[in-house]
Amino acid sequence: MNTSPLASSSNMKAASVEAINMTMQFGDFKALDNVNINIRAGTFHALLGENGAGKSTLVKCIMGFYHATSGDVLVNEKEVKLSDPKDAQVLGLGMVYQHFTLVPSLTAAENLIISRADAPSIIDWKAESKKLQDFLAKMPFKIPLHQPVSQLAAGEKQKLEILKQLYLGSRFLILDEPTSVLTPSEASEVLSHVKSLTQAGEISVLMITHKFREVTDFADEVTVLRRGQQAGNGLVADLTHDDMALMMVGQASENKTVERQNTTGDIILDLTSVTAPDRSGTKQINIDHLNVKSGEIVGIAGVSGNGQTELMEILTGQRQPLDGRISVKDETYSATRGEVKKYRVRYLPEEPLQNACAGKMSVAENLAFRNFDDTAIGQTRSPFWKNNSQINANAEKMVSEFNIKTTSIHSPIEALSGGNIQRAVLARELTGDVDLLIISNPCFGLDFSAVASIRERILDARNNGVAILLLSEDLDEILELSDRILVMSDGAITYETDATSANISEIGFHMAGQH
Amino acid sequence: MSGMAATDTLSKSALSLKVIIPKLEAVAIPLFAVIFGFAVFSLFLIVIGKSPSDFFSLVYKAGFSTGFSWQNTLSRAAPLLLAALCVALPAKLGLVVIGGEGAIALGGLTAGALGPHLSSLPYPVSLPILFIASAMVGGAWIGTVGLLRIKRGVNETIASLLMAYIAIALMNHFIESVFRDPASLNKPSTLPFAEAMRIGDMPIGISVHWGLFAGIIACILSWILIEKTTLGFAARIAGSNIRAAQVQGLPVGKLVIGFTALGGAFAGIAGFYEVAAVHGSANASLIAGYGYTGILIAFLARHNALAIIPVTILLAGFEASSGLIQRRMDLPDATILVFEGMVFVAILLSETLYGRFKIFSTNYWSKIS
Repeated sequence: MNTSPLASSSNMKAASVEAINMTMQFGDFKALDNVNINIRAGTFHALLGENGAGKSTLVKCIMGFYHATSGDVLVNEKEVKLSDPKDAQVLGLGMVYQHFTLVPSLTAAENLIISRADAPSIIDWKAESKKLQDFLAKMPFKIPLHQPVSQLAAGEKQKLEILKQLYLGSRFLILDEPTSVLTPSEASEVLSHVKSLTQAGEISVLMITHKFREVTDFADEVTVLRRGQQAGNGLVADLTHDDMALMMVGQASENKTVERQNTTGDIILDLTSVTAPDRSGTKQINIDHLNVKSGEIVGIAGVSGNGQTELMEILTGQRQPLDGRISVKDETYSATRGEVKKYRVRYLPEEPLQNACAGKMSVAENLAFRNFDDTAIGQTRSPFWKNNSQINANAEKMVSEFNIKTTSIHSPIEALSGGNIQRAVLARELTGDVDLLIISNPCFGLDFSAVASIRERILDARNNGVAILLLSEDLDEILELSDRILVMSDGAITYETDATSANISEIGFHMAGQH
Repeated sequence: MSGMAATDTLSKSALSLKVIIPKLEAVAIPLFAVIFGFAVFSLFLIVIGKSPSDFFSLVYKAGFSTGFSWQNTLSRAAPLLLAALCVALPAKLGLVVIGGEGAIALGGLTAGALGPHLSSLPYPVSLPILFIASAMVGGAWIGTVGLLRIKRGVNETIASLLMAYIAIALMNHFIESVFRDPASLNKPSTLPFAEAMRIGDMPIGISVHWGLFAGIIACILSWILIEKTTLGFAARIAGSNIRAAQVQGLPVGKLVIGFTALGGAFAGIAGFYEVAAVHGSANASLIAGYGYTGILIAFLARHNALAIIPVTILLAGFEASSGLIQRRMDLPDATILVFEGMVFVAILLSETLYGRFKIFSTNYWSKIS
């Protein structure tokens, strides 16, 4: 670092933003408790914390999406009143979201121009393009202006999102996990451009992240949140990864690890030469070979959008393979209800409310999805009549065993919090005899304690001899849980390693499609 | 022992306020929508210089006041009950099927074409044959809509609407050609049913044919199927979230085809009763818009098969009054359609209101108690 990030120059365009004593109360729950954060003009500030630590709540208060219960926001050292996001935009505060907000069918140039609040009703494209060229000439990075956004790579889209904010005149930028959809090399490129913009005094940046590497490589200062409270802050140069980890997680002993028992047994799930079209219909999913043995967790790592969703759909019978063989316990498997019951296969899809629950149906009904048609002892066929008392008894049992918090088992399941919905699905899927469990991003969006209890349940299942296939975009989760790690890239399994001898940089290299 | 049981039920009933009140939402919102539709229609009447109170008192008079008006209302209710089921059953799987009119036309045509050829059989044999044949034809027609949806991803709403036009055209084609009674000059019809084969009235004092009974039984059976059986439970899962149903390995395709076919079969049966009990032959009178009114009824009843029964009687009364309104108020026949359209738009708009009122939320009531 040859220029001091904290030096202020006289023609500094970047804005400083300070939040003082921010408290945000949702009912009985304090999402933010007296948090202070100061982003000096022209600095790159990282906001670190686990899921549910209050990072999003804090930036939403700064951006005017939420109105803090108490506390003040200062922009360029003047107190401001932010009643909605438009106020923030007027003050030059902009936000780049985790997911793209571009119109895929329009070109980059069109996206930029229509994003302006003062875009005229009739656009003189020639004149606007000229102005756009002049604007881009001053920017440190280039993107193809006249291609539809749908044809751009993820990294280019992310750059375009940042360009859009600069074009709109933002002087303070919030980046919400900007690299979650990028490969490591794309991420480095985008972030180094952002850093050079802060060093030039064009913008100040607050980046939400949970990746230490990004903090040390790019940020000047860091603020750490834990459970809504400020757990620490300081100059990145003064802090080690261990310091940050301690601030973020608190006492390390809280994370009690379940002992692994060596129980690996027979092959339960086997995929051979399975091919299927992907979501866009332009590419193919191609799984040459994949197997999971009983008592082991096989983790599939990969950047999102490399075929994990399609693989999950193939395994759940939602996507028909073109070719190849899927077998469970050596028998061909196509995920019909009969087969699911016979081979004792259970699923935990990602975003359980969208993929595993009927939101408007009651908690009791949702908990009965696996067993409402179980054949009674001594019968040969599924029952014709639905047994409501059995459904209610089943629900009462699961609710107490898995500590699901709900006002009544007759409430619609969509009224529950994310952690309780995930616990409900977990209760349904892990009750009874299970031989194969297929999981996708089980902890996405859950708070720290929910994550710990869910991972513990998964490891318990493994120790009881269940074969587990875990698809996750969270590499830390894969490393924590897996016995064997595979990498999925471009629709294929490109790398395999034992968890004990796993080399993170090697895994990252393959996740980035270098193979 | 009995005392303990009593206190137990008492505490349960106090607790269940938070269970019962949220369920009232499903009744309160459609009711509000209907009243809103009434209000907008009243405005419409005032604008064209007619009195809304005259209108509603005439509806009462023609639809619900005397034995004769009840007779008029209830005879229309029979096909409407069955046509509404043709919308409500697929709706349980999340499908919007609006082509019941086509299944009524083809069910009626089947009965009209086959009926006269079975006159040598005793009617306890011939009528069930016709009943089943009409149901099968209607079921196959709407079942095809489900099949197209599952196999080819064709939008069921558009497919069913367009197939209704085809069905009506097919019916017209056949009653004007191969199945035409040479004696039917002005109004092409199939050969008339023998008197002995005509379905008579129910023994309830007014002249209402057995189709009403069949319609009510069909509604009750449909409700039992959906609410009390595992099959209906599976269908509701698939209708609420198809991805969750697929992950559970439920046979979504079979359920869709089965429920659309069953709905179509009910509409086909409506056609059978129209021919065997009302018209005596298949002709253009079958196309009376029952299939379309059935859509309104199903939506008003929120696709609850039991709620279809009272809603049908209300709507049938309105339809029954259209003649009297035409004569007394000097309003065109289409006035009732304007009214139904306004109620329908109000119902569709009211769909956006669910979950917006705190008073219906479980949390609100659990906090109070």
